Amino acid sequence: MLAEIISWVAVALALTASTAIMVSRDWRISLGALALQYLAAFWLVTRHLPFAMGSVKLIAGWMVVAILGMTRINLANLEQEESEAFYPRGAAFRVILMGVVAFAAAGAAPAIEAAIPGLGLPVIAGGLILIGAGMAHLGVTSDLLRVTLGLLTVISGFEILYAAVESAILVTGLLAAVNLGLSVLGAYLLTAGSVPFVSGEEEL
Amino acid sequence: MSAPIIWILLPFVSGALILLLLGEKYAAYIGGGIAAFLAMIALFVPIDTALLIGSVSIKIAPAIQVFGRSFELVTADGPLLAVLYGLAALWLFGTEASGTAHRFVSLGLMIVALLTASIAVEPFLYAALLLEIAAMLVVPLLVPLYQKPGKGVVRFIIYQTFAMPFILFSGWMLAGVEASPGNLSTTIQSGVMLSMGFAFLFGVFPLYNWIPQLMEEASPYAAGFLLWALPTFTVIFSLGFLDRYTWLRNTSQIANAIFYSGVIMTATSGIFGALQRHLGRILGYAAIAETGLLLTAIALKTPDMVSIVFLTLIPRGLELSVWALALSIIKRRAYPLRFSDIQGMARKYPIAVGAIFFAHLSIAGFPLLAGFPSRLALWQELSLQSLSASLWVFIGLLGLLISALRTLAAFVMAKEDTKWEMNESPIQTVMLGIGMAGLLVLGMFPQSLQPIISNLPALFQHLNQ
Repeated sequence: MLAEIISWVAVALALTASTAIMVSRDWRISLGALALQYLAAFWLVTRHLPFAMGSVKLIAGWMVVAILGMTRINLANLEQEESEAFYPRGAAFRVILMGVVAFAAAGAAPAIEAAIPGLGLPVIAGGLILIGAGMAHLGVTSDLLRVTLGLLTVISGFEILYAAVESAILVTGLLAAVNLGLSVLGAYLLTAGSVPFVSGEEEL
Repeated sequence: MSAPIIWILLPFVSGALILLLLGEKYAAYIGGGIAAFLAMIALFVPIDTALLIGSVSIKIAPAIQVFGRSFELVTADGPLLAVLYGLAALWLFGTEASGTAHRFVSLGLMIVALLTASIAVEPFLYAALLLEIAAMLVVPLLVPLYQKPGKGVVRFIIYQTFAMPFILFSGWMLAGVEASPGNLSTTIQSGVMLSMGFAFLFGVFPLYNWIPQLMEEASPYAAGFLLWALPTFTVIFSLGFLDRYTWLRNTSQIANAIFYSGVIMTATSGIFGALQRHLGRILGYAAIAETGLLLTAIALKTPDMVSIVFLTLIPRGLELSVWALALSIIKRRAYPLRFSDIQGMARKYPIAVGAIFFAHLSIAGFPLLAGFPSRLALWQELSLQSLSASLWVFIGLLGLLISALRTLAAFVMAKEDTKWEMNESPIQTVMLGIGMAGLLVLGMFPQSLQPIISNLPALFQHLNQ
């Protein structure tokens, strides 16, 4: 019973964190919310996976946050660009968008539970909320950090659902590699363009 | 020694070492040499068969276990590995001539190793994860550190990432369908999931919009490599699905979806390609058209389907490598490769221009070039299946032919007194010359591929029935 209550708290945390990522313009808040989102995902994943394998996802997730944070902190010049060019739509629009995602997840979760018994409603709802939030986020942004956050959110939602049906260690390892790879890629793309071009002749 | 160590771990570690230890000068030769060596081993040393050399017996074991799952390359994989590493060697040797050697060679080897792992992994569904990791490794090739990333590369990574969950989940559902084949809703759900996954992976219409954008933004050679590598391994992955699940082969809706996706891709990309004024975008649309042809071939209801697919797949590597190399040579003098920038280039870079024209005509299926035999075989089967689809494929290929003629017209548009020069370096001339000769040889003597192609259907036993 207690585990069930904590699972619903984790679902609420996932919804709040993904809404914060969607709405916030401050990258520090977004990355903090991503860290909380991984905590919620960790709890939901451990409903079906052993604690040790679930903690791999949590550690990998927090490493992702660290990689993106360390990269972003060194790119102070992006602040101005972001505030001017990013997010043409208002915060209210994004909150409503997240509301739609939450309602859609709430509507779909019982149907999926009926089709695939044993997954558990909180696990399905948490997974669907994160997948929907990530998709919605990707739909309203072209900023590289935001795109990376959107992709990572989709992947963590998928991981919650997939953990319920597949418990192979290799898959857990490869999914952790995908998460870390996406964050390194995001960091690389954020940095790209800030290094001056040096031709071979100049190097000589 | 086991096969996965030779064809997966060895090239992956070599790629990493080249990145860390070697300079620009030797990277192409060493990387290309390693790939060629691996192709030779695959061709001449059978996997899981004891070979007696003097008094020494050598046997390459087929599998290794990693975290409770196996990576397995069997005897039938030998010709496939020879083809894949042979074509990879071609791309890696070409980096010297394109001037992109160091990072390309190391990452290229690692990417090919990961893609080979996607063929070897059991359960084969995990290949989706390896394809995703390989796609992520491609990005540093496409976006150098001094260049701001464009929309094309971002869309590419988004679409590839979306493909992975769909395929993994559909794989789990497919197992359920096999257990209870009468459950129609599960069958439909898994079919839709699988189709979505492959639509993202192949870049089915309209999800291919990132390809022309990417060709405009990125180095043509790196983007060309991506357009060769990922679809090639995705085709093998999709053939594995069709081979493994009987109901997928027998469901007419799925076969029709694949078939018409391929036809629409070929027709639309041919038409859009004919309207382009940027050489990179034209290459992108030509690659999309060829992927469309591959999808059409996969959906053919004939026992020769696998042979036709590989007959299309093998020359594709040569065509794209020659075209991308020639484009990267011309791009140095005609940035950003619009028709207005390349006017008169035929008199300054005659070999590179000739190579572009040859490769373009070959992809359009022009007679006596490498693409022709596969198009002929495809037409033959396609005309029996659907005449209207044949017409749309013809329109697509006609579009490619028109874009080839428009490109040529722009290249030769020089002032009358312009002198002929040859600005290609000797290594560039040799590489392009070998490539063009290869296109002609494969076109005029397609039977030269027969020893390899005849063994490849053994990989997909159920598809030949």
